[in-house]
Parts: sequence; structure tokens; C-alpha cells
Amino acid sequence: MASNTKNRSIEKTIVTLLLILGGVAVSIPFIWMISSSFKPESEVLQVPPTLMPEHPTLENYLNLFRDMNFGVYLRNTLVIVFFSFVGLLLNAMAGYGFAKFDFKGREKIFYIVLATMMIPAQVTMIPVYLILNEMGLTNTMAGIILPGLAAAFSIFLFRQFMTTIPTDLIEAARLDGAGEFYIFFKLIIPIAKPIFAVQGILTFIGAWNSFLWPLIIANDESLYTLSVGLSLLQGQYANNFALQMAGAAFMVVPIIIIFSFFQKYIVEGFTMSGLK
Amino acid sequence: MGNVYKNRHPYMFIAPAVLILAVFSIIPIIVAFIISFTDLDLKGLADWSNIHFIGMQNYSDLISDDLFHKSILNTLFYVVIGVPLVIVCSLGIALMLNYGQSMVFKVFRGVYYMPSITNIIAVAVIWGYLYNPEYGLFNYILSLLHLHEVPWLQDPTVAKLSLILLAVWKGIGINMIIFLAALQGIPKSYYEAAEMDGANRLQILFNITIPLLRYATFFVTITTLIGWLQFFEEPFVMTDGGPLDGTISMALFIYQKGFQYSKFGYAAAGSFILFIIIIAATLIQFKFRKSDTEF
Repeated sequence: MASNTKNRSIEKTIVTLLLILGGVAVSIPFIWMISSSFKPESEVLQVPPTLMPEHPTLENYLNLFRDMNFGVYLRNTLVIVFFSFVGLLLNAMAGYGFAKFDFKGREKIFYIVLATMMIPAQVTMIPVYLILNEMGLTNTMAGIILPGLAAAFSIFLFRQFMTTIPTDLIEAARLDGAGEFYIFFKLIIPIAKPIFAVQGILTFIGAWNSFLWPLIIANDESLYTLSVGLSLLQGQYANNFALQMAGAAFMVVPIIIIFSFFQKYIVEGFTMSGLK
Repeated sequence: MGNVYKNRHPYMFIAPAVLILAVFSIIPIIVAFIISFTDLDLKGLADWSNIHFIGMQNYSDLISDDLFHKSILNTLFYVVIGVPLVIVCSLGIALMLNYGQSMVFKVFRGVYYMPSITNIIAVAVIWGYLYNPEYGLFNYILSLLHLHEVPWLQDPTVAKLSLILLAVWKGIGINMIIFLAALQGIPKSYYEAAEMDGANRLQILFNITIPLLRYATFFVTITTLIGWLQFFEEPFVMTDGGPLDGTISMALFIYQKGFQYSKFGYAAAGSFILFIIIIAATLIQFKFRKSDTEF
């Protein structure tokens, strides 16, 4: 028994060491990004490279906003984030509808919704562009936002969660004379907080990172998102790695901060949604 | 549920999301199918009378298009190396992370998840710098170890491997979380029973843990496979398909034909071939899966 516990503690030490080693390897790009973003332009091209900036500077970050229109890109990105949350609400409503109502065509419509998950983006990209073009929505914010408002996977996860809410609860509220939308907003949403938390984070990350669709739809720089702006930076300032790293850090760090606050909900959410 | 509620309400709840999906997901697939039989390009976009129905012409052109062949072979290369690597790495890390409950394990869970939430452009910018032959960190580290420098993105085959390395780094997080969620769902009593029976750690791993992860493994395999068949962003932002078309994937081929050369009809035909390959790969997976289901 004693040797068993001893073996265990050796094993645990090895596992912990392996995890730390792998973790450091995985984080190298991040460490490199952060450290380079504070270096002056001359120092990032220095060979051998410095691990910590010798002359730390905020110049690169200031440059992004002063010379590079990152303020506009940030505003556009936040608009997209805002509307993706509206979309999240629509998905939640649909999930609730599929979970808690009995209506004609429910199964069929739900399967069609699920089927849309299988269609590769490349198939729909061109027709969606053509449809938006017919609607006159290319090169507009609406064109960037609309196609992303509904997502089958999100509807599916909401439905999975909503089916676990006791129907009696809803019936009781109806007997008390509450309207359907009142029930949804005052009763269902508070109960569904955990699933909203998970999907809220995923939605935020998705919207914050949105790149390809804005790139396709937006021609004016005034509609660019942070990702599109950053890719522009990569093209124009190919050798100013310090500036590029500052741009990258500006995109990545907020996500990491938000994620580290909420990561426990993500794991719980996946456990909950039955993906086991 | 009472009859009273079988009225307009359910439709009001599902209508907004379902309508958007219909317009931007379901109708487009029909449109894609139709335009794949036409010569739709920029002229056709401006004036519909310039669109001609050309039957299977796009498909037969694709079959003899060398670049399309190359994109298929590259995509296979990505899938064959990338998919197993992602699954093994994410399962391995999930098993290690599940080993303890202390703070260290929680922190490293975050660390391993970080790449997967990182913006692809930021990833491209950072990795482009790491891979830089002159100023990059990787070649510098190799030079410290007195090893030859590697042409990370300059040689067609090495470039493919470099993109896979990057995509594995980025792909571990989400799959690891799914494995971790599945591991946490395994009842403790199974392990206790096995320990009572004197099973050692490896026996427990191979006879209890891995079989019980069957569903998660299946889910991860399917989604990873579909994801890698659509491999797009990494070659798009890192190499734009080069050098010598060495990294062009099917999805990138479709994007370039559609949005850079405005050959919408041709691209749509390509996208349908990709779609068929994805469906076939998914069906094969389902066929291989044992008939028992867990939920």
C-alpha cells in the first residue's frame, strides 16, 4: 500500500511536469507576441532575439489607433458582437420553441435545421453573396451581420437544455395568466443562465474574431473589422513585426481575459449539453 | 401539452431563427446546385441574361483541372496527418488534465485552450513571425542547437507540415474540452470497482476509460474530419496556397475561383464535389461505428 501511494505521487509529479512542459511549448507564440509588442521596431529584428524587451515601449499600441484606424475597426467589431448577441436570443427562442411546444411540422423543421450544420461554408458562401447582392446589402453592416444571426448548432444546444426544464413550471405560469413571451423572458431565461453563459462566451469569441465574411462583404475600410484590419497591417507593414504583434495582442488579450473568467462554464456547459 | 397552446406561439418563437437559416443556409444550397451548371461570373452578376446553362461542363473541367487535383491531394495530406494528430494530442492532454484537481491543472486547462480561441489572423501574424527564416524564433532556436534552419513556409512539403503544426496547435483546445467533459462524466464507482479487482493504471486506462470515451471520440473524429476536409484559413492567411500551390486546399481553391477570379459557377461545382466528399467521409465513419449508442 505504501509503495502504491509512492508510485502515485511519482506518477503525479511526472504528469504535472509533462503538462507544464507542454503548456510552456503551447504558450510560446503568446509569450513571443506579448514581448515583441513592447519592443521598438529596431529591436524585433535583432538577432539574437531578446526575450524581454530591452527598451519597453507602448509606441506600437498607440500607433494602431493613431495611424491605423484601429478605433474604427474596434467599433465595427463591437457592433458585430452586439448583433451576434441579438442572434443568440433568436436562437434561444427557437431552441425553446422546439423543446417546449408541440406543433405541426416540429420534427421536420428541426431536422432541416440540424441538416444545415453539415453544409460546408464554401458551398453557401457564393450563393449567400449573390443573395445579399440581390438585396443590395453587399458593402453594408447589415450584410455582414444578417447571415450569422442564426446558427443551427446554437439552436440545437439551447433545445437540449430547454427540454430539461420541467413543463409543469411553464404550465403553472400559464395558469397564473402569464403570456408566452412573459414566460420566456421572466421564467425561462433566468433558468437557462448556464447555457446562456456558455453560448454567450462562444458567441463573443466568434463575433470578435469574425474575418472571412466581413472581408468578402465589406469593400470600404470604414466597415472593416479588427481581423480584417490586422490582415491589412500584415500586408502593408510586412516587416514591422512589433506593430503586427501589438495588433495581434490587441485582438487576443481581451478574449483570453474573458475566457479565463468564464472557462469553468465552458467545460460545465459541454458536460451539460450531453456531448459525452 | 394542452390543445390551447398549439397555436401561433411556437411559430413565433422559431420563426426568426428558422427564416434566417432558410434564407442564408437552405436556399443557398439550392442556388449553389443550380449555378454549378452555369457559367455565372461577374458579367452574369451584372446582367442575368449573360448566364448560360452549360450542363456538366464545370464538373468535367474540374476533373481535368491540375490545380484542382493538387488541391484534393493536399487536402488528403492535411487530413491523413492532421486528424490523428489532433485526436491523439487532445485526448492525451485531456487525460493528463483529468489527473488532478489542484490549481495547476485548472490553469493549464486554460493554457491549452487558449490557442483555439485565438483569432486566426493574429495566429497567422504571430506564426508568420515565428516561421520567418531570418528573424523567426524557430530557426534561431534551431541555430542554438546547431541544427540546420528549416524552410518553414518556403518548401511545398515543409510548408504543408508547418501549416499542420499550426492547425494542431489551434485545434487541440476545443477537442480537449470535449474529452475532458466526457472524462468527468465517467462515474467514479467504475474506477473504484476496478481498483478493488486489482487492475493496474494501464488496464484501467485501456479497459475502462478509453472504451467509455467512445462517444466523445466518435464525435471528435467526425467534427475534426469535417473541419480538416474544409481546411481553409491556415493556407489562406499564411501562404495563400503557395509555394508552387503546395499548400492549396480544396476550400481555398473554391474561394480563389469564386471570389478572386469571380468564376462563381465553376467554384460552385467545386464546392459540390467537396460537399460530396464530406458526406461520403461522414457516412463511412457512421458505418464503422459500432451499432451501440450511449444516448
